[in-house]
Amino acid sequence: MFAAEFEYRKAGSIAEAIQLLTDNPEARVLAGGHSLIPLMRFRLARPELVIDIGGIANLRGINVSGDTVNIGALTTHAEIANSADVQRANGLLAEAAGGIGDPAVRNRGTIGGNLAHADPASDWATVLTALGATVSAQGPAGSRTIAVADLIADAFTTVLDENELITTVSVPTLASNQRAEYAKMAHPASFYAVVGGAVVVTMDGDRCTAASVAVGGLTPRPVKAPAVEQALSGTTLTMDRIADATARLSEDLNAAGVDIIGDVYASADFRSSIAPVEVKHALLHAIGLAHH
Amino acid sequence: MPNKVPITVTVNGRSHSAEVEPRTLLVHLLRETLNLTGTKIGCDTSQCGACVVRMRTPDQSNGVTVKSCTAFAVQADGADVTTIEGLAQDGNLTAVQEAFWNRHGLQCGYCTAGMIMSVTEFLEGNPDPSAEEVRAGLEGNMCRCTGYNNIVRAALAAAAAGQGD
Amino acid sequence: MTTRIFGSGIRRREDPRLITGQAAYTDDIKLTGMVHAAILRSPHAHARITGINTDAAQAAPGVRAVYTGADTAGTLNPIPCAWAIPDSDLKAVAYPAIATDVVRYVGDAVAVVVAENRYQAEDALELIEVGYEPLPAIINPEAALADGAPQLHEDAPNNQAFHWVAAGGDTDAAFADAAVTVSETINQQKLIPTPMETRSAIASWAAAMGELTLWNTTQNPHIARFVTCLVTGIAEHKIRVIAPEVGGGFGAKIAVYPWEMITAFCSMQLGVPVKWTETRTENYIATTHGRDHVEYVEMAADANGKVTGVRSVVYAGMGAYLSTAAPGIPTILHGLMYSGPYDIANIKADVYGVFTNSTPVEAYRGAGRPEATFLLERLMDRVGDAVGIDAVEVRRRNLIEPFDNNRDVAIGITYDSGNYSGALDELLGHINYDGFRHDQEHEREHGTFRGVGIACYCEICGLGPSQVAGAVGFGGGLWESATVRIYATGKVNVFIGTSPHGQGEETTFAQIVADEIGVAVDDVEVIHGDTDITPMGWGTYGSRTTVVGGAAVALTMRKLRDKARIIAAHLLEADEADIEYEDGQFFVRGARDRSQSIQDIALQANVAWNLPEGIEPGMEASTYYDPPNFSYPFGAHAAIVSVDPDNGHITLDRYVAVDDCGPQINPMIVEGQVHGGVVQGAGQALWEGAVYDDNGQLLTGSMMDYAIPRAHLVPDIEVHSTVTPSPHNPLGVKGIGETGTIASTAAIYSAVMDALKPLGISGLDMPLTPEKVWRAIQASGYADHGHGHGHGHDHGHGHQH
Repeated sequence: MFAAEFEYRKAGSIAEAIQLLTDNPEARVLAGGHSLIPLMRFRLARPELVIDIGGIANLRGINVSGDTVNIGALTTHAEIANSADVQRANGLLAEAAGGIGDPAVRNRGTIGGNLAHADPASDWATVLTALGATVSAQGPAGSRTIAVADLIADAFTTVLDENELITTVSVPTLASNQRAEYAKMAHPASFYAVVGGAVVVTMDGDRCTAASVAVGGLTPRPVKAPAVEQALSGTTLTMDRIADATARLSEDLNAAGVDIIGDVYASADFRSSIAPVEVKHALLHAIGLAHH
Repeated sequence: MPNKVPITVTVNGRSHSAEVEPRTLLVHLLRETLNLTGTKIGCDTSQCGACVVRMRTPDQSNGVTVKSCTAFAVQADGADVTTIEGLAQDGNLTAVQEAFWNRHGLQCGYCTAGMIMSVTEFLEGNPDPSAEEVRAGLEGNMCRCTGYNNIVRAALAAAAAGQGD
Repeated sequence: MTTRIFGSGIRRREDPRLITGQAAYTDDIKLTGMVHAAILRSPHAHARITGINTDAAQAAPGVRAVYTGADTAGTLNPIPCAWAIPDSDLKAVAYPAIATDVVRYVGDAVAVVVAENRYQAEDALELIEVGYEPLPAIINPEAALADGAPQLHEDAPNNQAFHWVAAGGDTDAAFADAAVTVSETINQQKLIPTPMETRSAIASWAAAMGELTLWNTTQNPHIARFVTCLVTGIAEHKIRVIAPEVGGGFGAKIAVYPWEMITAFCSMQLGVPVKWTETRTENYIATTHGRDHVEYVEMAADANGKVTGVRSVVYAGMGAYLSTAAPGIPTILHGLMYSGPYDIANIKADVYGVFTNSTPVEAYRGAGRPEATFLLERLMDRVGDAVGIDAVEVRRRNLIEPFDNNRDVAIGITYDSGNYSGALDELLGHINYDGFRHDQEHEREHGTFRGVGIACYCEICGLGPSQVAGAVGFGGGLWESATVRIYATGKVNVFIGTSPHGQGEETTFAQIVADEIGVAVDDVEVIHGDTDITPMGWGTYGSRTTVVGGAAVALTMRKLRDKARIIAAHLLEADEADIEYEDGQFFVRGARDRSQSIQDIALQANVAWNLPEGIEPGMEASTYYDPPNFSYPFGAHAAIVSVDPDNGHITLDRYVAVDDCGPQINPMIVEGQVHGGVVQGAGQALWEGAVYDDNGQLLTGSMMDYAIPRAHLVPDIEVHSTVTPSPHNPLGVKGIGETGTIASTAAIYSAVMDALKPLGISGLDMPLTPEKVWRAIQASGYADHGHGHGHGHDHGHGHQH
C-alpha cells in the first residue's frame, strides 16, 4: 500500500513541534509510526504535513524517581520491557510492554504514540489506567497533567488539544505488598486485546486491602471497575471471592455508559461476558493461584 | 508537489545519499532505490515480518529489528541499516543462516530474510532459549510453508552453535 | 557400502540463494524502461457500471495510460476455465479480464493505470470516476441456488455452474436398511490461501518480433503459456512464461488470472515492460480462495458400526467466475474420495457448483480431499457414538484390509496400495491412546476439558493418467517430462516440466539422478520454470511433482544408464551382457578393475571419438511419463487439545502424524511438508475463515483480521511414517505435499468435539473461535451447575511469566 503525498518536517525540539502543530492544526505527529503509517498506507489518514518528533532526544528515556516511574513519550515498548529499572519498580509495566504487538513492533512503537492514538484495543491504556498513571501534556501555554483514565475520550480520540504533545508518562511504583497483572484475550491475527483486564491489589497477607481494576479492548476507552474493586477490598482473596467480585464487572460497564465493541471475531455480548474472566485470570495470576 | 527530502543512510556498511519523497517507505528505498531486493513485502499492516531489517538510529547504541514497511525512508536518515544481504561476510554464512539451511528452516524462502533477521536479534538477547521462548520471539514473523517447526529447530540449533555468545 | 543418496535427508540445494537474499522473485526483477500497473477494483460485490471517467487519471503525473474494459474487450478473449466436468451441464460463463457492464465481486477489475512508478499509479487510481448501480449480492452457495436469489450470469440460471453426481452401489437401499444413520451439516468455510508472496507479473512485449515474455508467480508456467495464448491471441511459440522464484502457492498460483493478461495487454499497448504486483489487501480479494462448501452428509451403518453407506448433497461455491481448475475440485478430487481408507459399499456424491458474488474459488492445499476426509471422519465419530464404540474401534472395523496392488472402491476408482491399519497402529503406539483416555476421564471430573481426535485418511495424488484427465474433462494432459543432459565434464542438468515453489525438488530430483547414475548430488543442477528452456509439463499441484515428474527423471536416467552400458561395453571391449553397473561404475562381470565411470563415458559420448556403431553422440535423454494410475497416500493423525470452559479458548497441545507416501527420497523434506501441511489444516479448524457481510464485503480483508497460524499458537508437530510403495510408480513414491492439511483439520475438529463431549456439544462451525465454543458451553448449561469457578488457564499471550 502506498501513502498519499505529504510534506515532511522534522522537529528538533518539543517547542518546535508545538509551534508546527499550532501553525498546522491538521498535521499529524509521527513518532514510532506504528499507528500512523499503516493508516497512511491505506490512505485512511492523509495529512498534508507530517511532523516527525522522532529526533527529540529529551522525549526519550526512563527514570525512577522516588515512587514514580517517569517514561519519556518516545520510549519504545521494547525499551520499557527490557529496562531493569522498570522491572524492579513496576513489573506489570515491563510485562505489559513485552506483550504488545511483536518484537519488531515493540522496537519502534512508543508509549506516547500508543496513548495518543487511543486505539480501544491498546494494552497500555488499560494497564496504565489500573496503575493510576498520568501523562504530562505540553502545549503552547505550558504543561498539564492528565490521568490516563481521563486521557482517552472515545475510540481514537483523546482530550489533548491539537497542539498538545504527550511528553512523559508517570506511573507509581509498586510497593512490596502490591501485586499487579494483566490478562488479555488476544486476537489471533492482530494480537490486539479483544478483552484485557488489568488489576493492582494491595495485600496484607491473604487479605486484599485495596484493589484497582480496569478493563479495555471491549470498550472505546478503558473502564475502571469500582464495584469489582470494592468487592475485593477488605476481603481474603479466595477463588470464590474472586469469582463473585469479578461478576460485578457488569455493574461497572453499565455505570460507565459506554458501548461495548463487537466485531466479526467477537461480539459485544461475548466480550462483556468474558471480561470478568480476564479480570479473574489477572487476579489469580497476581496472587499466585493460577496454575500452568 | 511536496519537496523531496535529502537523506543519508548506511546500508550494509555502505553510505547512500538519496533524495526521497517523504512517503517512500524504507522497504521501497531498499528494494527500488538501492536494489536490495532480499528484503520482502508480505503485507500492508506490519503483521507478516517479511520486511524485517536491522536498524540503528543515531540515538541508539545497538541496531534493532524494524519492520521496514512501517517506517518512512526519511526516518532512516542518519541510520545504519543491515539487510539480509549484509549478514554473510566474505561468503561466510552466519550461524543463523547456516542453521536455517541445516535444519530445513525454509521452503519457499519468502519469509526467510525477515525470519533470519528476527532470530538473529532474538538470540542476541536470549542465547539459550527454550522452544517456547523461540516461538514467542517469532510472533511477528509469518510463515505459511514450514508450520514454524523447523524454524524453531533452526533457532535452537543456532543457539547451540553459540550464535548468542 | 556408502549411504544411499535416495532416502538421505541432505540439506537443500536451493537454500543458499534463499538465506542470503540472492533469490529473485517476480517483484525483485527490474527491466529497462519498466513501468508499473495498478488495477482499480470494484468496491461492490454486484453492481452495474453506469459510466467511467478516466480523464483526470490520464492527466495525473507520471501516468502513461489508463485502460478500461472497453479497451481490452476487443483484444483480450475471456479467461477460460480448463476443467469442464462432463455430464454436469457446466456453464462456462464469460470471464472478462476487465468488467465492462457488470461487476460480480469485490475485486473485479474495472480499470488499470500504468505509470512511471507505483505510487503515481495508485494516485491516479483515486482519480478514476466510476458510476455504479448496486445490485443485490449473494454469498452463501446454498442460498445462491434458491429461488429468488440475485442472479450473477444470464447464462447460468439459478446461479448453477454445474451439477455432478457420482455413485457406486445402492445408497438408497443401504440407508433404508441401516441399523444406524447419522447426519451432519458441515460448513467448509471459505479460506484465503495466503502464500507469503502475493501475486505478481511482468510482461515484456517485443513488438518487432511479436514475442511476449511473461514473468509470472505461477505453479504451472506451461499452462500459463497455453492460456495466455488463448486469451491474447499470440501464438504459443511466441510466448515465453518464466516462473522465477515463487514464494509459495498452495493452489492460489494455479489459476491463470485476468491480472497478468491485463499486464500483458498494457505492455503490448505501450511497448515497454510493465510490472504489476499485488498488495496483500488486493491479494485477499483478487487471488483465489479455497473450500466454501455447504454440505449435508449422512452415513449408514449396521449395529456393529460397520459402515454401509455414505452420501452427500454439497453446495460448492465457485465465486463469481469459474477459475482455471475450479470445477474439478469439489467433484473429481472430492466426490470420488468418499470411500477414504474405508470399505464402504454404497456411496453417492451429489455436488452443485454455484456462482456467488465473491472471489473465485480454486484449489487450496488438499483441494477437495480435506473436505472429503473431514466429512468421513466426522461421520465416523458420530457412528461410533451412535453404536457406543470408541473412535479408534469404529475406524478399525471399517478400514480396508492391507493390499499391495490395486483395490477397487465402490465409487469407481482403484487405489494403488495401502496398509491403513498399519498407519493407525503406528499412530496409537506414539500417543498412548489408552493412557490418554484414562487421564481424560479423571481430568473431566476436575473441570478440565481435554480431547483427542483421530483422523484416518486416504487421498488421491500424483495427478494423473492423461486418459483419465481427458475423461473427466480436464483441458490438458497430466503427464510430465524430463530432459537430462550429462556434459563432457560429467556434470548434469535436469530440465523438468513441473515448477516447484518451495517443495525442494531441486534437491530431491538431484537425489534421484545421483541415485540412478552414481554422480554426486552437487554435480546436478535442476532447471525449472521457464517455458523456453524446459520441456512441456503440467505443473506443480495435486502432490504430483515428485510422483509424476520424479518418475520422468528416474526413467530418463535409466535410459542414459542403458546407453552408458553400451558405450562401456564398447570401451571395455566386452559383451554388453557382461557389463554390470554399481554406484556410477560400469564394469565387466568378475573383473571390477575393468571399469568405466559414468563421467568417463559421458566424456566419450560428448566428444564422440570412439562410439560403438549406431550410437548417437551426446549424453542426453528425455522421457514423457504418463502415469498408469493416480497414487493414494494415506495415514493416521491424532490431535490433542484442551478447551478452557471459561472463555472457549482452545489450545492445541499435541499433534502426531503418521503418513505413508511410499519410499522417501529426502525424509527431511518429507517431514517439512507434513509440518507445514498440518499447521495449515490447523488454521482451518481453529482460526481461518473468509467472512463476508450481507453486501458481499470481505470483513477479513487483511492480515490483521484473517488469522493464519502463528508460531506461538502451534506445538511441535510429531512426524512418523510407514512405507508402502506404490506398485505402479517407478520410484514407488506417492506424494506428501498435501497430506498434513488433508488430515489435520479433521483430527483437530474431532479432538475439540471429544473434549466437549461430556457437555453434549456437537455441530460447531469452523473456525472454532473462542466465542463459538464459549456459546456452545453456555448453551449446554455447564456454567449453571456450579462449574465455571475453576482455576484459570493461561491463554492468548497476555501473560509473560
